[in-house]
Amino acid sequence: MMDKIETPDLSHISSSDYENVYEPAEDSFLMLDALESEIPYIKAIKPTICLEIGSGSGIVLTGLAKCLGSGCAYFSVDINSHAAQVTRKTASRNCVSLEVVNCDLVGPFLSRIQNEIDVLVFNPPYVPTDESEIDPKSPIALSWAGGLRGRKVMDRLFPLIPQIMSPNGTFYLLIVKENDEDDIFKVMKSYKWHGSVIMERKAGREYLKVLKFKHVQM
Amino acid sequence: MKLLTHNILTSKCLKGVTVGYPLGIVAKEVKVNEVEFNPEFISRMIQKVDWPALCKAAENLGHLDNLPPAVVDDYENNEDFLKKAHHFLMEIEVINGDLICPETGRKFPVTDGIPNMLANEDEV
Repeated sequence: MMDKIETPDLSHISSSDYENVYEPAEDSFLMLDALESEIPYIKAIKPTICLEIGSGSGIVLTGLAKCLGSGCAYFSVDINSHAAQVTRKTASRNCVSLEVVNCDLVGPFLSRIQNEIDVLVFNPPYVPTDESEIDPKSPIALSWAGGLRGRKVMDRLFPLIPQIMSPNGTFYLLIVKENDEDDIFKVMKSYKWHGSVIMERKAGREYLKVLKFKHVQM
Repeated sequence: MKLLTHNILTSKCLKGVTVGYPLGIVAKEVKVNEVEFNPEFISRMIQKVDWPALCKAAENLGHLDNLPPAVVDDYENNEDFLKKAHHFLMEIEVINGDLICPETGRKFPVTDGIPNMLANEDEV
């Protein structure tokens, strides 16, 4: 009953907002569905800190926060300042309390949240692109352009996982087939983090997957 | 930006910064909201909070009165203490202002409640 994630109200977001902020699409909804299926698991680890990297419109973190309630602190980071503002409005619109920081990955938090994040959610820029394709001044391109194999941004986060995640913490990552999940599993395994595919969906030409990672004691 | 968030932000990602914590606050607009009190959650958060940094932040905002100077023993069962911690961590929000790196003086603006911690290419 309380384990359903309601899709947040996004009616406050205008089409001109969506020129600068990623408009929720199949990937966003797959992440919401995957997290919904994980609610009993997440509730059982009794999270104190949830963080979403690249919240965009704020749809995922708002949905998760609304479902889990006030027993947890919710943080959103986004490199795109338009997205940061929209996330804040989405939270407010849906009567959810979450904190937003405009920054690159978790840099400003790193030294203070050592082994403190209980739930980490990341729908990264995953589209394989040529370096030359990405206009660094375009905020919207930052949300989808993933460089070689679409791995440019997520590869920067992986080495930080053992530093920021709590012992029972869980990391949810959305990818497409081109990102090479076997290689991602191998990289994370080297940090003693075990991954599995918890949900997948074909959306147009994209084969989307949500991966779940947990620390494995050796 | 709530003081809870300020408590976990650093400027350490900047070149030449050793600790970068706590960030100074110069606030132009501060809001005090009413937020649902969850004593169990606050109890858990207190374990992660740097209390001296919280005091400094409250002082920067001119809101220091009433904030206990240190975490008391057996705080988990002290509702008065938990309520005060809740008020300072969760109910005081910097809407507009600047965060200041304690080592370089570099300002990070806070706009509409959101701190901008982005560094320029030459700063990292």
